[in-house]
This record gives sequence, C-alpha cells and structure tokens, in this order.
Amino acid sequence: MDWGLFTIQMLNGVQLGVLLFLLAAGLTLVFGIMDFVNLAHGSLYMMGAYFCATLVQLTDSFVLGVILALPLTALLGWIVELIVVRALYTHDHLDHVLATFGMILCFDTAVDFIWGPTGMAIPLPEVLDSHIDLFGGHTFPVFRILIISTGLAVAGFLYVMVSHTRIGMLIRAGASNRTMVMALGVDIGKLFALVFAVGAALAGLAGMLIAPITEASIGMGNEIIIVAFVVIIIGGIGSIKGAFVAAMLVGLIDTMGRSFLDQLLKVFMSSESAETSAPALSAMAIYILMAMVLAFRPQGLFPPKVR
Amino acid sequence: MSGAFLEVRNLYKSYGGIAATDHVDLDVRQSELHAIIGPNGAGKTTLISQLSGEIDPDGGTIRFDGRDMTRTPAYKRSLLGLARSFQITSLMLDMTVLENVALAVQAHAGHSFRFWQAARKDPALTEPAMAALEAVGLQDRANDIAQAMSHGEHRQLEIAMALATNPVLLLLDEPMAGMGVEESQRMVEILRSLKGEKTMLLIEHDMDAVFALADRISVLVYGRVIATGTPEEIRGDEAVRRAYLGDEVA
Amino acid sequence: MTSLFRTGLPAFVMVAGLGFLALLPVLAEWVDNIFLIDLFMRLMILSIAAVGLNLILGYGGMVSFGHAAYLVIGAYAVGIPAYYDIYDGFLQFAIAIVASAAVALVTGAIALRTKGVYFIMITMAFAQMVYFTFVSIEEYGADDGLTINMRSEFAGLLDIEDNFTLYYFVLVSLIAVLGLVYRIVHSRFGMVISGAKGNERRMQAIGFPTYRYRLVCYVISGAICGYAGALLGNFTNFITPEMGDWVHSGELIFMVVLGGAGSLFGPVLGTAVFILLEEYLSRLTQYWHFPFGAMLILVVIFTRGGINGMFRWLGMKSGIGGRS
Ligand SMILES: Nc1ncnc2c1ncn2[C@@H]1O[C@H](COP(=O)(O)OP(=O)(O)OP(=O)(O)O)[C@@H](O)[C@H]1O
Ligand SMILES: [Mg+2]
Repeated sequence: MDWGLFTIQMLNGVQLGVLLFLLAAGLTLVFGIMDFVNLAHGSLYMMGAYFCATLVQLTDSFVLGVILALPLTALLGWIVELIVVRALYTHDHLDHVLATFGMILCFDTAVDFIWGPTGMAIPLPEVLDSHIDLFGGHTFPVFRILIISTGLAVAGFLYVMVSHTRIGMLIRAGASNRTMVMALGVDIGKLFALVFAVGAALAGLAGMLIAPITEASIGMGNEIIIVAFVVIIIGGIGSIKGAFVAAMLVGLIDTMGRSFLDQLLKVFMSSESAETSAPALSAMAIYILMAMVLAFRPQGLFPPKVR
Repeated sequence: MSGAFLEVRNLYKSYGGIAATDHVDLDVRQSELHAIIGPNGAGKTTLISQLSGEIDPDGGTIRFDGRDMTRTPAYKRSLLGLARSFQITSLMLDMTVLENVALAVQAHAGHSFRFWQAARKDPALTEPAMAALEAVGLQDRANDIAQAMSHGEHRQLEIAMALATNPVLLLLDEPMAGMGVEESQRMVEILRSLKGEKTMLLIEHDMDAVFALADRISVLVYGRVIATGTPEEIRGDEAVRRAYLGDEVA
Repeated sequence: MTSLFRTGLPAFVMVAGLGFLALLPVLAEWVDNIFLIDLFMRLMILSIAAVGLNLILGYGGMVSFGHAAYLVIGAYAVGIPAYYDIYDGFLQFAIAIVASAAVALVTGAIALRTKGVYFIMITMAFAQMVYFTFVSIEEYGADDGLTINMRSEFAGLLDIEDNFTLYYFVLVSLIAVLGLVYRIVHSRFGMVISGAKGNERRMQAIGFPTYRYRLVCYVISGAICGYAGALLGNFTNFITPEMGDWVHSGELIFMVVLGGAGSLFGPVLGTAVFILLEEYLSRLTQYWHFPFGAMLILVVIFTRGGINGMFRWLGMKSGIGGRS
C-alpha cells in the first residue's frame, strides 16, 4: 500500500468533510431552531461562489473577494429569510420543501441570466496555487490545506460561540425547546433572521472555498446539498457537534471508498468483479452508513435533548 | 401466581432523573372498577401509557391475564383485549365519527391487508361501530366529521372507540376532563352501565364520580402508590388525607 | 359520507377529461401536430407516477422526496434487458415492478422508522443513491445514458413501436392505475393508511401495527412509479440516470400538491397543469424556470391544497379534484 497516497486521500476526505460541515452547520441550525427545511441552502452555496468569483475578478484578489463576498451572502440570506422564509414558518414541512424547491429554480435561472450558462473559474494567488511536499515524493496543494484549516477554524469558532455565549445559549435552547426561548422574551424574529444569515454565510463560504478547484457553476449546490442532508441526519438534526462528526465521517468514507474500495474488495473477490462493483458500492457507501446509523439510532448520533 | 388480572410490579420510569413512576405495585382484579386518584403531575397518565404500551418503562414488570407484557408493543396489547382512552383527546379528526369507531372495529377483525372491497359500507364494520356509538349516545352524529364535534362529544367518542375494540380491560384517562355537569353525569351513567362487564382502571379528578363508581381506589402521589383500598378505607386513610384529599373530602 | 375520499370533481368532468385524452391522437392528426401526441403521452406517464406518489403522500401523509428513483429503476428495467437484446415486454414490465417494489421495501423499511423531516431527507438520500449507482455503472452508459433500440414486445399481442398504440397503451395504463388506487383507498387497507395519517398513535392504540401497513403502501406506490418508469423508457427510447435526479422527485411532489394531494384525480390535473405550463413558458423564454419557481413559491405561501385550495381561496364552492 502506498502510504503517501493514503495520506493524501485522507486529507482530501477531511477537506470534503470540512466543506460538508460548513454546509450542514447552517442547515442543521435552521432546522433545529426554526423547524424549517431549506432545500435552497445549496443555492446559497452557489451564490457565495458566484459572488466571490465576480469580486475576485473586480478586485484581483482572492482574499479580498472572499472577505467581501461573505457579508454579501449573509445579506442575501437575510433578504431571503425576510421575503420568503418568514412567511413559511407557520406552514408544514411539505410546504417548506416545495417553496424552497421553487427558490432553487429561481436561483439557478437567475445565475444563468446574470452570469451565463458556463461556469466561472476563480484564479488563485501564487502562494495558494502551489504544492507542499509530503513524504514518498507526493505533493499536496496548499489551497486544500487552507480549506481544511479555515473549516476547522470555523468549527472551533462555532463551538465556542454556541457553548459559551448568550446567543449560543439561545441557539442551543432554541434547538431543544422553542417555547422556552420565546418565554425568555427574546425577539424570536431577529434570532431567526440572524441564524439564517449566518447559515447562508457559512454555506457561501463553502462555495467560495470549493469554486477555485471546481469553478462556480449552475446547480453546483444541488448535489452536495443531499450529502449535507445525509450529514445532518447522521449527526442528529439540530446538533452542531453531530454535524461536525458526521461531516468528517461522510467526507472520509466517501473519499476513501472511491479511492481504495477496489483494492479492499480484491482481498475478497476476483480483481475483475472488484473493479466492476467498487464504483457502485463506493457511490452507495455514505447512504449505507446513513441507513446503518438510523437502524440503531433513528434520531441520529447526537440528537438534541428534548424536542 | 396472584389472582390479579393486571399485575404491576416495581414499575419505574424517570424523566431526566425525576421519577414519574416510582416503583409502582398495582393489582387490578377481574371485573372491578379500580380508580387511581392523585394530584396533577402525580404520574397517572405516565402510568397508563406504560400499561398501554405507548411508553417503555425503565424497569419493573406488567403482567396481564397471566402473561408478561412489559415489552409488548401497543397494538398487540390492544389485540389482547386492553383498550385505553386518552386524557387529551386523540382521534382521527379528519374522519367521520363512524369511521373512527369503524377503524377500531376493523383493527380487531383480522388483518387489514384487504385492498379491494370497499370498507365504508361493510356491515361487518359499521354495525358493531354503530352499536358502540349507541352505547355512548353518539349514534346521531355518526356521519359528522370528528373535528366538528364538541369537547364533550370527543370524550364520548374516545370511549366508543375503546369499547369498539371489545376490550376486557379498559384504561380510562380522565374521561370527564373538561366536561360540564350534565355531560359528566352522562359519562358516569355510561361507566356504571359497563361496570361488572368490563374490568376498568379509571383515572379521574372528579371525586364524587370516583367514590360513586369505584370498587377500589389507589392513590398516586409523586409517582408512588401511597394507599390502596375500598372507598371507605381511602376516605379514612390518614396519610391520604394529609397528602391529597385534605379539604376536598371533609 | 366522508369528504376524505370523495373526488370532488363531478363525474362528467372526469369522463370528459378521459374522453379528451382518448380522442387526442385523432385531434392531433386533424390539426396536423403530431407533437401533441408526444406531449400528452409524457403527461399521462408522469400522471401515473404522480398518482402512485399520491397514494403515500396524499392519502398516507408520507412525504417521499425520492420517487423519481423508481422512474429510473423502471426505465432501466426496460433498458438493460434491451441492451442484451431481450425485448419481452412482459418480462421487462415484471422486472420494473418487482425491482422498484424491492427497492421500496428495503429503503422504506429504514425510512419509515423515522418521521417528518427525517423521512423527507432519507427518501431523498436513497433516491440519490439509486441515481449514483446507475451513474457508476459504466456498462450501461453511466451518466451518458442508454439508448433503447426497440420498444417492448408483447408476444405479438400489441405493437407499441407504433406511437398510436403506445399512446393508448399508456392511456389504458393510466385508467387502470386510477382504478387500482381508487379501490385501494376505499378498502380496509386504505382506511388504515389514512387513519395512520390522521393519528398514528391512536391507530396503534386501537390495535394496528401501522408500520407494516405504511411499508406495504410505500411498496405499492414505488411499484406504480416503477411501472410508469417502464412506460417512460419505452416512450423516450433513451434513458439516463438524470431522470432520477432529486429535482425530478421535487417536480413529482409539486404535481401532486398542485392538483390537490389526497384526491383521486388531483395528481392528473396537477401533472397536466405542470406539463402544459412548462411547455408554454419554455417557449416564451429560456429563463422559464424563474417564473415557474416564483409561481411555486406563491402557490405555497398563498394557497394551501394546490389548485383546489386556490379555487376555494378565490371563493368557489368546491374545488376541482379536491378534498372539498
Ligand atoms: N415526555 C415527558 N418528558 C418529561 N417529563 C414528563 C414527560 N411526561 C411526563 N413528564 C413528567 O412526569 C410527571 C407525571 O406526568 P403525568 O402526565 O403522568 O401526570 P398526571 O398525573 O397524568 O397529571 P394530570 O393530572 O395533570 O394529568 C410530571 O411531572 C410530568 O412533568
Ligand atoms: Mg394525566
């Protein structure tokens, strides 16, 4: 076994996990606190990427682009909450799903209209566009290391915020007991808008971080949002900690499965059948994980205490 | 082997460290009407929910008619002849009164993997359902949507649904809650008419009704049974007086 | 007696609608627009899928966000045998039904252990799994899709290679599925399903193992969609995993809700509005998804219960195809 390659794939897995966490954190909070299902969360991820791409073009600086695009995505989230989402809190989940599905159509078309059907690349500054040496003659892109460290920093920041500040206390309380928060006399509308905007910014950040690798494109959020759902189901809806653990699990299992499952299967079966079944099996891996977790814990790994 | 029809031993259930059911022992004899009284939050509903299988106890055993059913799922207990009514009305509100009761009949008329014959006009279901409605005096409202009925009628429908499953043991959780004087009177009559025929475990706050109906009474306080006995014994029990009855039955 | 299963739509309107569908090929010839046949054939196939979805969504209250997966399974049940030059329609349709039922059984057994949003997301995730599974199988074209050279053969009884015949085959299928669902929802089984939608806890307390009934309902629903998928495969002659993308599952839900979930003809009406609107808007502008999405949002915010609810909202006494 090539341990250099193994390490690289581990890092790639962590990187995917970190991105998933950024997406899942907002999703799980919005659901945990507002009881709102937001399919269009992936659209905010996409909008973040496009905002960033445009701003990088204008400013010629990736860092500046990200710094400017973040508040912009948060603002977009805030507007969306104000105009559409707020009207839906009193509706049932089916309505949430349908309306946010409509929002996806609108966002995808708007992007097509504004930026055109082809994707937008985000050029990186030279420092970020380089590689560092790993053992065994392998190299790893600096930018991916940046993604990982940004994601971990955000996770740490969220953790401190949720567990040690007043807002965090409200958020935790909101995830487990909504009426209590309202009884505390908190302006629940403001809290919702804030959480939604922060969730949007986090999703946007994920989009900005991935776009230099894949480029910003229409519908880029529609696939990864499902994986983010898998993450929050495994982690337990409403739990930041669960989202983090599950994101890492899913990121690693998916990446490692795609790279090494065929080799693993060759231990048990002929190399030909291993090579044909490995792709399908690794595509299913995270869903099988989800099914297994649910079989034992229908509420996910870290369900918020009381609903 | 003790003669009790329903035999509860050492039943325990806690919520966040607080015992809602605290090592409860309870014997309900065949054909008796056994009342459970106790202040709000004493754990009466929690107890019934464990008996009916909706809530899993943390410990202890429940034996019914000689068999252990501590972990038996709710639907099976119903099929074994145990029926409950809910303190907070629990109905299929978007269906008609008759449909609600007919479903209760249907549940006990073999499996329902029958996909072809129309169920609504099936006399095998509607006739017993109408009989149950008549027993509680709701026959005239059979075709109304459950949602549209009054609170008192909902309570009656609760009983009719429980009756329609043809139970041997009825668990009744405050059937008179929120009823007016006349409606309560009617409910007392309904229960009286069932006395002797069905074994009943009745939770009720209305002391007049309890003392008029019950063969035996258990008093539940803070999840614990502090006394069991005939109405006279309970009336005379010093501990009960102090803990609960106090001024109510003076 | 009850409002739950009454179709609401006067019988003559339904008959007129079906009559229109029956005459459409003739009409299309007459106005010399063969394209209409294709349009309405697609409409009817998706209607079948929507009627199947409505069984669990409308009557059973289970919001499955993954029913497009069964369309794909059904389509590949035609496509994969055809790839090996097996064109026996009886076999293909049997595979379509059995395979979708089997997948529904396994995924439903897990998904139905959960409630609410968990259920929505899990069905969505499993559908995505089916999608990626087909994407990863190189042999059958992966995401490039699979061309079906010949339509199903029914031992010489029926030649659906001819578009007219296929059209009537689809129409008869639609009527048959409507009849089936009608019987099911009025049966004892159907009573259990809608009772469990109204109050599952109570249903268990009166003696129903609701999980089993829901699972069987979910399986029937999946099988109906699988059947629709087999029709779709025959209709398009070219199938890709993309047909199972969750966006299409969302569209199916929209069709059901638009027409009025929990009514027999609602899904057909909803599908008709959806497909015709899509057809119309996409001719007006390439950006037609925008008004479409906006309309979806508005319908949800301002009306509950789809077109039916909208009629009620506008002050009409009884809606079309609705619950009343
Ligand atoms: N799901 C739950 N989670 C946490 N605590 C619970 C739960 N259900 C009941 N309790 C607690 O258990 C105790 C007993 O409640 P229960 O409803 O059984 O009382 P009760 O005797 O039926 O009261 P009442 O006369 O008001 O109906 C109460 O303190 C209640 O707060
Ligand atoms: Mg109670």
